[in-house]
Amino acid sequence: MNIAASLRLPRAPLSRRERAGYAFILPCVLFTTVFFLVPLAMTLWMSFNHWPLLGKPSFAGLANYLDLLQDESFWGALWFTTRYTLVVTPAIFLLAFALALLVHRAVRFVGIFRTAFFLPVVIGMATASLLWWWMFNDQVGIFSAVLMDLGLVDEPVQWLAETNSALASIVVMVLWKAAGFTMVILLVGMQAIPQDLYEAARMDGARWIQQTRYITIPMMRRTFALALTMSVIGSYLAFEQFFVLTKGGPMNSTISVVHWIYRASFTYFKLGYGAAMSVVLLLILLVLSVIQMYLLRDDND
Amino acid sequence: MTKQSLAYAESVPAATAAALASAARGRFALSRRARDSLGGTLYYLACVLLTLIFLFPIGWSAFTSFYTPTEAMASPPVYWPSRFSVQNYANLAQYGHGIWRYLWNSASVTLLTVGMTLVLATLGGYGFSRFRFPGRNLIFVVILATLMIPFQSILTPLFILLRILHLQDTLIGLALVYTTFQLPFAVFMLRNAFDAVPREVEEASLLDGCTPMRSLLLVMLPLVKPGLVTAGLFAFFGSWNELLAALILMGDAKNFTLPVMLLNAQSGQLGAVNWGLMQAGITISILPCAVLFLLLQRYYINGLIAGAVKA
Repeated sequence: MNIAASLRLPRAPLSRRERAGYAFILPCVLFTTVFFLVPLAMTLWMSFNHWPLLGKPSFAGLANYLDLLQDESFWGALWFTTRYTLVVTPAIFLLAFALALLVHRAVRFVGIFRTAFFLPVVIGMATASLLWWWMFNDQVGIFSAVLMDLGLVDEPVQWLAETNSALASIVVMVLWKAAGFTMVILLVGMQAIPQDLYEAARMDGARWIQQTRYITIPMMRRTFALALTMSVIGSYLAFEQFFVLTKGGPMNSTISVVHWIYRASFTYFKLGYGAAMSVVLLLILLVLSVIQMYLLRDDND
Repeated sequence: MTKQSLAYAESVPAATAAALASAARGRFALSRRARDSLGGTLYYLACVLLTLIFLFPIGWSAFTSFYTPTEAMASPPVYWPSRFSVQNYANLAQYGHGIWRYLWNSASVTLLTVGMTLVLATLGGYGFSRFRFPGRNLIFVVILATLMIPFQSILTPLFILLRILHLQDTLIGLALVYTTFQLPFAVFMLRNAFDAVPREVEEASLLDGCTPMRSLLLVMLPLVKPGLVTAGLFAFFGSWNELLAALILMGDAKNFTLPVMLLNAQSGQLGAVNWGLMQAGITISILPCAVLFLLLQRYYINGLIAGAVKA
């Protein structure tokens, strides 16, 4: 069959069935081309141009990229995003792993617990951020009020006004919002571990903690890699939580890369410059994706 | 002595041993039960506490949305209102172009996106699953590869593209963009769903004289319903909750979707935020997601797993 197919003349007329196949996928291909591949090529092209929002673009060669190298705000944003990623990824992972261990067993009401831990995932990041922005508020927010009523603090806490507590506050919000997602990924990994391993370990008198240490964790290495890389990639694209909770403040200390691209393009109207930053971000994410694929490759490859 | 009594006599130590053993087991069982019930209590305590923590922000926001506007703005906040009211929702109805306008915007963009995504992904998934044609694998890989590219990096060109197409600042333009973002995963989902349907089902319908299109609509579609629900849910959550693209692509305030409108309300009028109105708005944007998720969580979680394994 394959030999016959490869021997066929290249210009052989398409069969009816082949034409039907093309017809079925045509709308998808059209959409992807017009609204994804063309804009992607445009991003690349724009990054080599000075491109104001209104008026004519002019070719700039590598000027945008050279500017980028000197732009401390961009490197600051990249460094902040990296720092955020380094803090939030292990935090989400540990909480999610603890939650997954809790709701892994088949006991009464476990479905309710799972659902509750997961529910924040389906709320939009923007909505969730607004919700927490209100709770973090020093005047009407619940956190300051409770701490004051308990007598733990004397005056309202400015959670979002100071660099370190702003980052910590955002991390707490993201933990609430995203831990459920990682929990489900980890649960699936846990459920894939053969039960007889645990039975054998119990026969040998292994306690729960030893079973977790010597069976669960080693068996889940790939799932861990998956959960961690997904969280890293997601964190590099973070935008809403900063845009809503801190507006990039205090003193521009919480601007993420996407936030900075947004500002360059739509506050300063330097679209070409924004495009150059997008290309750099794209390259970072491609590297991360390749690392992810390397970590998740099949062992028998 | 009868044989029987001998047996009895002999059995005494055995019985004793058994009794001792059972007592020991009993004691052990008792202590284990005690330990289990202690562990069980701690387990449930931890779970219930975490559940309350996870549900608290949603519940607290929904609860305060029914305060009177004055009490919703109180500083320090009140834990229990003197009376409940729907005034915040009434104010929301009057806010900007009115909540109904923003709800309509969000709902129409979301439903358009879900509809277009499902139609395109059904056709595409069916085409990729059931037809052999040159370039098939390459095209599929290209479509899937767009999943790895963050849509954030193509928003500026999209802004320009929509302007060229005269779709800038229209709900249809936004829905087209959202559909493109949702498409790769949906095609992947539906191709898998079609792959899982045995070939004989379709062949039988084709032998009966169906065209491929008829066979797709009448025979195959009901069989891939779980895939459709999953892809539809992802498109729904994706577009209902999206902020950045809507923020960039929508200029006119009467075209704002709910998240953009809420963001607008965040900046407040004359610097004062109407907190009760915000909580009412937040509650309204959470509600459809929560309800859909609670009703269809099985499909959503399955899609999540498929997406994660693929990614």
